[in-house]
Amino acid sequence: MTASLWLGRLLAYRQLTVGLVVIAALVLLGLVGPLFVDVSGAKVGSAIPDLTPSREHPLGTDTVGRDLLSVIIVGTPLTLTIGLIAGVIGLGIGSVFGFIGGYYGGVADNVLHGAADVFLTVPGLLILVVIASATKGAVNVQTEALVVSALAWMWPTRTIRSQVLTMRERGYIQVARFSGTSGARIIVEEMMPNLLPYLAASFVGAVATAILASIGLEALGLGPQNQPTLGMTIYWGLYYTTVMRGLVWWWLPPILIIVLIFVGLFSISAGLDRIMNPRLRSTA
Amino acid sequence: MSAGVLEVKDLRVYYHTSHGTVKAVDGVSFSLAQNERLGLVGESGSGKSTTGLAILRLIKPPGKIEQGEVRLDGIDVLGLSEAEMRRIRLGALALVAQGAMNSLNPVMRVGDQITDALVDHGVRASAREYADRIGQLFERVGLRREIANRFPHELSGGMKQRVCIALAISLRPKVIVADEPTSALDVVVQRQVMDTLADVQTDLGAAVILIGHDMGLMAQFVDRLGVMYAGELVEVSPMEDVYAEPLHPYTRLLIACLPSLEQKGVFTGIPGLPPSLMSPPPGCPFHPRCPHVMERCRIERPVLRQVQSDRWVACHLFGGEAGAE
Amino acid sequence: MPIGYVLRRVGVFLLVIWAAASINFAIPRLSPVDPVRESLLKVTSLGASQGEMDVLTQTFSARFGLDQPVWKQYLTYLSDLAQANLGYSISFYPARVADLIVVALPWTIVLVGLATLLSFVIGTVIGAFMAWSVVPRTIKVIGPPLLTLSAIPYYLLGLILIYLFAFLTKVFPLGGGYSVGMAPEMTPEFLGDALRHAILPALSIVLADMGGWALGMRGMMLTVQGEDFMTLAEAKGLNPGRIFLRYGVRNAILPQFTSLALSMGRVVSGAILVEIVFAYPGVGNLLYQAIRSFDYFVIYGVAFMLIVAIGLATLILDLMLPVLDPRIAY
Repeated sequence: MTASLWLGRLLAYRQLTVGLVVIAALVLLGLVGPLFVDVSGAKVGSAIPDLTPSREHPLGTDTVGRDLLSVIIVGTPLTLTIGLIAGVIGLGIGSVFGFIGGYYGGVADNVLHGAADVFLTVPGLLILVVIASATKGAVNVQTEALVVSALAWMWPTRTIRSQVLTMRERGYIQVARFSGTSGARIIVEEMMPNLLPYLAASFVGAVATAILASIGLEALGLGPQNQPTLGMTIYWGLYYTTVMRGLVWWWLPPILIIVLIFVGLFSISAGLDRIMNPRLRSTA
Repeated sequence: MSAGVLEVKDLRVYYHTSHGTVKAVDGVSFSLAQNERLGLVGESGSGKSTTGLAILRLIKPPGKIEQGEVRLDGIDVLGLSEAEMRRIRLGALALVAQGAMNSLNPVMRVGDQITDALVDHGVRASAREYADRIGQLFERVGLRREIANRFPHELSGGMKQRVCIALAISLRPKVIVADEPTSALDVVVQRQVMDTLADVQTDLGAAVILIGHDMGLMAQFVDRLGVMYAGELVEVSPMEDVYAEPLHPYTRLLIACLPSLEQKGVFTGIPGLPPSLMSPPPGCPFHPRCPHVMERCRIERPVLRQVQSDRWVACHLFGGEAGAE
Repeated sequence: MPIGYVLRRVGVFLLVIWAAASINFAIPRLSPVDPVRESLLKVTSLGASQGEMDVLTQTFSARFGLDQPVWKQYLTYLSDLAQANLGYSISFYPARVADLIVVALPWTIVLVGLATLLSFVIGTVIGAFMAWSVVPRTIKVIGPPLLTLSAIPYYLLGLILIYLFAFLTKVFPLGGGYSVGMAPEMTPEFLGDALRHAILPALSIVLADMGGWALGMRGMMLTVQGEDFMTLAEAKGLNPGRIFLRYGVRNAILPQFTSLALSMGRVVSGAILVEIVFAYPGVGNLLYQAIRSFDYFVIYGVAFMLIVAIGLATLILDLMLPVLDPRIAY
């Protein structure tokens, strides 16, 4: 009997651990990879183009002479960075909107909450396309992250706002209000510590949304032309019709890495979910 | 005690959690005669609700009925198959839930929630016959017939509670388990609902187990009272006797807590906290808070035994092998 | 349903449309890019003198109304929009944007509509069963692989499917909406051919989307199972099947519908990319071609139309909700 209890408990944290391990491994790939592989190979024209995989180029080379293994090693951290920057911005904005809207209510809440809902309904890709095609060219990883963060704040706003609304009526918040504590202090000192799991879950969600959006944007060709992010590599793969030509070593590895990123992020998110909502743990 | 319509022997319900085993009900035995009203009173965590649920076999994992016997008119309830148990539920053994809370399905009309129970219990009737029957049930509990077409969120707490009573009596059960039926209601409505319950019960000739924590309510309704503490029955006596002369120290303190309309005094409570059900103290579970604690209480767990005609207590103050008095 | 409620919802819909249209108007004008000049630069790649370029720019600007004061342009823009006049395509001039969209739209609606419906229904059913203890282990085992699939963006899954089923094995066509040489018409052969071409794109969406719905439904079922009315349902001695459907699923599915309404944007975003990967002749592909050739008016036209479509779908779902949940106040 106790064995299955321990398994149940482990299961709750297993998802979280698996997710963290996967993401950590990918980060490591970017950090440690350059020690083993010569990443100057990721530059255009550094090798003979269109080579099939060999010992010298384990993933072959692309049509403009880039070593594809180097491209993956350089590109993974780039994509993760976009997710990170946009995630942080998204969480930041989302928290501010969520706390202010949820706590103070009224007009501010209607505006912020309504905006979040409208932006959620609209296909994110369209917003990005309109913004990106208006700025045209001169996009690098940082600016792309900024553009993508336009999509990353809505879910955090909704989640945090609904939590704040529930918490606002709780006894200990009422007590703080009646004893004259300022709204800002209540938010920071009373509410935020209790919302940490939700903030963490929102952050992970924002990162996932951001990376998904960035990959979509890049697939359309609106990403940084000179930096080999994972999405751009896929874009070039499509551009040079590599799927139809059967050049699996070009388009498959970025996809696999992307899948790993999302599996990792979703596992973390599910793990956090289980911690916050014990009922989701497997029953006996 | 002679065999009544419901016999419970040494019922134990344990919850196996990752932190340890919680002994919610630890050896409860009692007998319920036909037409009798038994009260089960105790503080939160005493095991009274769990006992009620266990009788209906509604305990969910990680909880489990570890051992014990429940006999309804001689039938071994715990040994029935799931299908047989489903027939017994509502048909012979009915639950009056806390209607004022979330007990009714929010997306179904309240009348339909009684009809579907009748249908699943094999009642064959036309739509109009059903409507008629539901209408009669509603009138019986003091509700207008039209209420059957409403949704739960359109009804007040008292009305929802009456719907739950109507549901419970719809198949004329032998035993009704009422789990805190009035806890969320104000005093006036409480009185009305309890009157309704008493009315239908006498009509049916059914036995009632009333579970609650309000001693005053118990005094007005039940024939016999069972006092529960830390998963055990510590006293079972006729209601007047409990009031006039409470035997178990815990019962005495409970009675003493009640404010009196005659005399003015100071509010008293029971010092200390209820014990952990995962690691209860050795011996008698009440001994840390008992004003009459003896050495023996710390070591040996007292057994529920008959000390006078129809009065049962689990306390070393009332005899046992080593004791006098 | 009271008319006031319907009017309010429609009002919100119109507000969203107006907001989208205005943003659509504002953003390109805030950017340093002059769409007309860009297109002209491209078109006149053979080289024209500076003078000739300026004349051309002026003529086209006047033609497109870009030399008017901004507020006048805005009003013209709004009135055009109301008449479903989305302007002219720059690349395919004199084709009208609206015409291009009308041709492409049915393909997208069929693909996305069917795929979303299938993935929602199948996913929700699987999710509901995953939460029911009576169901055999085999169904529950589907969970993790479904979850992994849901981690893949639709169009990437599409690439994998193309490779597996159209390249390695020639089960399905490589792409397009119909085989080369066939003319679009309502004949069984055409429809059959179109169906064959639609299967892989639809599958990309369905497989990748199902997991999310399943997981959501499972979570909701577990939450519902902890509610008091479930205990009473059992205490009534109801059949387990009835408890599962009328008490469990019936309550758990309400948030699922809300999620469906909110997911439209996400699904359409993914579908656009799927169309690109499969060279499927829907609005997604139209958008892509427009981006490649800097056909700004088509870009804005498609963006706006998609927002209208999603707003409409959300409105319909919103109006359905009170029918499902009697607690929703008008």
